[in-house]
Amino acid sequence: MAGLPRRIVKETQRLMQEPVPGISAIPDDSNARYFHVVVAGPEGSPFEGGVFKLELFLPEDYPMSAPKVRFITKIYHPNIDKLGRICLDILKDKWSPALQIRTVLLSIQALLSAPNPDDPLANDVAELWKVNEVEAIRNARDWTRTYAMGN
Amino acid sequence: MSSDDEDYLYDDDSDDSGNESTVNQDEDDDNDDFGMDIGLGEEASGSGGGGGGGLMMMVSGADKKGSDHAHPYEVLSTEQIVEHMVDCIKEVNSVIQIPTTTVRILLNHFKWDKEKLMERYFSDSQEQMFAEAKVVPPYKLGAKAMVAPDLGGRGVSLSAKSTLECEICYLTLPKSLTTALECGHPYCNSCWTEYITSKIMNEGASQSIECPGNCDILVDDVTVMKLVKDSKVKLKYQHLITNSFVDCNRLMRWCPAPDCPNAVKVQFVESRPVKCRCSHLFCFACSENWHDPVRCVLIKRWIKKCDDDSETSNWISANTKECPKCKATIEKDGGCNHMICRNQSCRADFCWVCLGPWEPHGSSWYNCNRYDEDEAKNARDSQEKSRAALQRYLFYCNRYMNHLQSLKFENNLYSMVKDKMDEMQQHNMSWIEVQFLKKAVDILCECRRTLMYTYVFAYYLKRNNQSELFEANQKDLENSTEHLSEYLERDISAENLVDIKQKVQDKFRYCDSRRRVLLDHVHEGYDRDWWVYTSDDITS
Repeated sequence: MAGLPRRIVKETQRLMQEPVPGISAIPDDSNARYFHVVVAGPEGSPFEGGVFKLELFLPEDYPMSAPKVRFITKIYHPNIDKLGRICLDILKDKWSPALQIRTVLLSIQALLSAPNPDDPLANDVAELWKVNEVEAIRNARDWTRTYAMGN
Repeated sequence: MSSDDEDYLYDDDSDDSGNESTVNQDEDDDNDDFGMDIGLGEEASGSGGGGGGGLMMMVSGADKKGSDHAHPYEVLSTEQIVEHMVDCIKEVNSVIQIPTTTVRILLNHFKWDKEKLMERYFSDSQEQMFAEAKVVPPYKLGAKAMVAPDLGGRGVSLSAKSTLECEICYLTLPKSLTTALECGHPYCNSCWTEYITSKIMNEGASQSIECPGNCDILVDDVTVMKLVKDSKVKLKYQHLITNSFVDCNRLMRWCPAPDCPNAVKVQFVESRPVKCRCSHLFCFACSENWHDPVRCVLIKRWIKKCDDDSETSNWISANTKECPKCKATIEKDGGCNHMICRNQSCRADFCWVCLGPWEPHGSSWYNCNRYDEDEAKNARDSQEKSRAALQRYLFYCNRYMNHLQSLKFENNLYSMVKDKMDEMQQHNMSWIEVQFLKKAVDILCECRRTLMYTYVFAYYLKRNNQSELFEANQKDLENSTEHLSEYLERDISAENLVDIKQKVQDKFRYCDSRRRVLLDHVHEGYDRDWWVYTSDDITS
């Protein structure tokens, strides 16, 4: 297998040296393209206090194509489905090789602070978020308490 | 241009002797020069040939004689399409003096509508237009003053004073090895190449490749051609660009024949026959095979109907009934009217005639006295209706298919006739004297094609006086076409040769004139609103 591209080596180094506040991303011991990510629920959001695990994988042609990111911890969010897949433009058609793991993680953090029910992935969640935001936020808090706290 | 010239140019497609200067030059050069062709650098060399010196002008190839279409159309090869793009860019460029690469992006933004572009350019919203088209306005470039004059493109190699880190590969490189668009986001050349290649090859993007930086400025063609070295990628890029050019242009259409690289350009859009250099004859408006006398909307419907399974369900409803209890579909292939459903979990006893339970039929089972009950009658009626609709469709479809089948043997017919012509020449006839046979086959095929589409027309037509006249014409043409076909199959001997020639010639002249009469009648009907269609949503 070919060595790790310089881009990935450097990006990893920088990520370790100056981590994003509230986020940790650590490469797997056996696969430097696979990252164990932990995101803290942003303050003021229904996910506050929760600790969300994600996986991030840099595909063969990274940075020409976007990293693959998925929530492992269950989360009640209109743009994240029950398999943890994320609806985020920079992970799809708006990806650019000038973006980085850091920018992706920051965007995900921002998505937790500002859910966008108008561009839903989990339809039932988005529906409720629009019709009855109070109940939707309560659900999100419940899920955070049930699945994202405790360990 | 005389008709002889046209024929000459038309037939002579293998060597492009009819084409002059620019085309040949372009063909000699490798397609490496594509970027230059559509960019600034081309201006000097291409101007001599301007105005499409290598374009083939021709009059409608399909119906040369009786055709109303005096408007010429052109068949364009890929090179000529590119040339058209260049001309279009130059034309705009001569009016608004901004770099050609920018013009090209703007033109693409306006779907190659020159007038629209100029209108916006000279309006108050010019700045907004540049933003929408995702280019930096050329008057803002002066401030940067970095455009290296020898490059021509918008892509700018920065001078080699210092080094910088490429934000994609994180390598630190001399500035001379990096490139930035006017937005000033520099990346190293190899990352650019990889980025553009992946956009072209994986996403099929050509005109919509954006700067990787946090901006949406588009990458121009000269920069692409400068950065991409792989000829396969370049070829695909060229293909994508010409494709979007043709697709956007209302006056151009790709020849729909498989693997044909040509496009046809007309002067205005209408339903008319155009013949590609590959000899495929099609309707410019809808790309289907030329379908006179039937109109585009109807031929579309017909083809959809034939492709759809809608007639299968029609057959089912016409020829089967459903078990009144379990709704299983049943086709009766004999036996009495006392039905016992074979569905093991159903086993219902019922009467095939009225679909009611069998029990009350008692002894008078054969004359089902429950026949005219309302419900049974309704079921009966609707079945009758779909049966009639199916019959009607099958009637027209059969005749349509017959001619379609016959046309498929066209090639056999031509080779058979060629044998006959050889034979006749052995009977002391000259080459010119036997040409009537080929002509006869030409006309036979044209008649069959026309007849084929008359059945589509007739299928959608409601009866009235004019439609009866149409049917009389159709019948007459059908008859004489069959006769002509018969004559062509007769054996030829020295004795009957002169006689046969006379008969065949008379017949094909008759067929040809009847075909024209029929077509003229239908066209006149279009003009005078004679035709009434079976379905209200058909507008002619």
